[in-house]
Amino acid sequence: MVLERYRPLIEEYDAFRAACERPLPSVVRVNTLKASVDRSRRALDAGGYAHEPCEWHPELLRLESRRPGNSWPYVHGWIYGQEEVSALPALVLDPQPGERVLDACAAPGSKTTQLAALMDDAGTLVANDVNLGRLSALRSNAERCGVTNCIVTSKDARSFSLAPFDGAQFDRVLVDVPCSCEGTVRKNPTALDEWSLDRVKGTAGVQRGIVERAVQATRPGGTVVYSTCTFAPEENEAVLDHVLDTEDCRLLEFDAPLETRPGITEWNDEQFDPSVERAKRIYPHLNDTGGFFCAKLEVKS
Amino acid sequence: MAENENVGQRFDRLPATPEDRVVSGRPSRQQVLEWWDERFGIPPSVFDGYSFWEKGAGKLWVFAGDAPDPIGVEALGLTALRVRQEHWKPTTDAVQRFGHHASKNVVELDDPAARTFIAGDDQQLAWDGDWGYLIVTHSTAGETEPLGVGLYLHGKLRSQIPKGRRREIE
Repeated sequence: MVLERYRPLIEEYDAFRAACERPLPSVVRVNTLKASVDRSRRALDAGGYAHEPCEWHPELLRLESRRPGNSWPYVHGWIYGQEEVSALPALVLDPQPGERVLDACAAPGSKTTQLAALMDDAGTLVANDVNLGRLSALRSNAERCGVTNCIVTSKDARSFSLAPFDGAQFDRVLVDVPCSCEGTVRKNPTALDEWSLDRVKGTAGVQRGIVERAVQATRPGGTVVYSTCTFAPEENEAVLDHVLDTEDCRLLEFDAPLETRPGITEWNDEQFDPSVERAKRIYPHLNDTGGFFCAKLEVKS
Repeated sequence: MAENENVGQRFDRLPATPEDRVVSGRPSRQQVLEWWDERFGIPPSVFDGYSFWEKGAGKLWVFAGDAPDPIGVEALGLTALRVRQEHWKPTTDAVQRFGHHASKNVVELDDPAARTFIAGDDQQLAWDGDWGYLIVTHSTAGETEPLGVGLYLHGKLRSQIPKGRRREIE
């Protein structure tokens, strides 16, 4: 079993494994561009969708049973189905109205639409995804949410060009990279079936290229948030260690409203830069969510 | 390709007025604002700070802020309007986003009729206003909310909800 390799990293390993076996509750995020949390909750109540807000973020609502795809609040674009823990990186990026923001691997758009809401639909949000097949989902989700400040591009994020934007760098970039998705095992029990160390290493090569380019595309003093939904240090701390080495940037401490564990500085005889401890690991048993990894970088020059 | 033709794979900002027009048949920003005002009573000031763009002949997009012109990207804001036919047609997305500013050619449906509409079905409607494209609303969670576009002709409201957005409300 793939997850066995993480036994040395996780104190409460049995609780971790047990949590990975449990299905995840259905969660929606309120799209505050179109409706308030109050109004969305009233509409869910009227449709008979019992729900509770997540303690750590009141815009996230945990549904007790049915998925609300065929409900009025969904039709109006007031709610967006999103795994609870995946709402974290946009909050850590903390984009402000009026800024220039890039979502480097954006499809299908859950984080893009969250970023647009945090920006109050003001400023410029570039949502990029290399996968043309997923682009239509990104576009329709952004449109259903009423996002008007978003530019959609379909480029390889490793060579993302600023030329169409007259060379203007970004204030903030979200790098929510494609990964081995180990942390989604609660949502998708077959997530680990295709796992191999070769695949992890190949994916990590792509991730390194994407985060390097993201740092280059960010103005000095700007912010890059790196996130994955996997536990693999090869795709997490090792990628950060690499970008700290090749680009002029540093890892920042940040507060997370969830229980987390620090990034690890050692894995399979490999040592990482000590500052990767500032990244945060989220295991499923800590907050009853999916698994996640999140780091905040500041671009120096 | 000649400079005065529309180029399909890029976005061009609409000219400010008809006098600024270079591409034949392309409406101006001024005409677009007048159309929203005349057809639906949406004041031009609602679109202050937004720019309008064309990609593909007749498909207009609305974008918050501005961008380099022209720009070769996949999407720029949201699709707002189809022009270059006799009757301009607003999109579901634009109506859901800006339709609450409308004061005419708006029809509010009761709950069963709203369900029929969002499922994509046509229905009889008693309406003594203009024929053509209407903004369809309903009341939900205690307030009126725009749903989409209906085409009213000969006593019938034809739902214009795109296939991917139709729902059988539970």
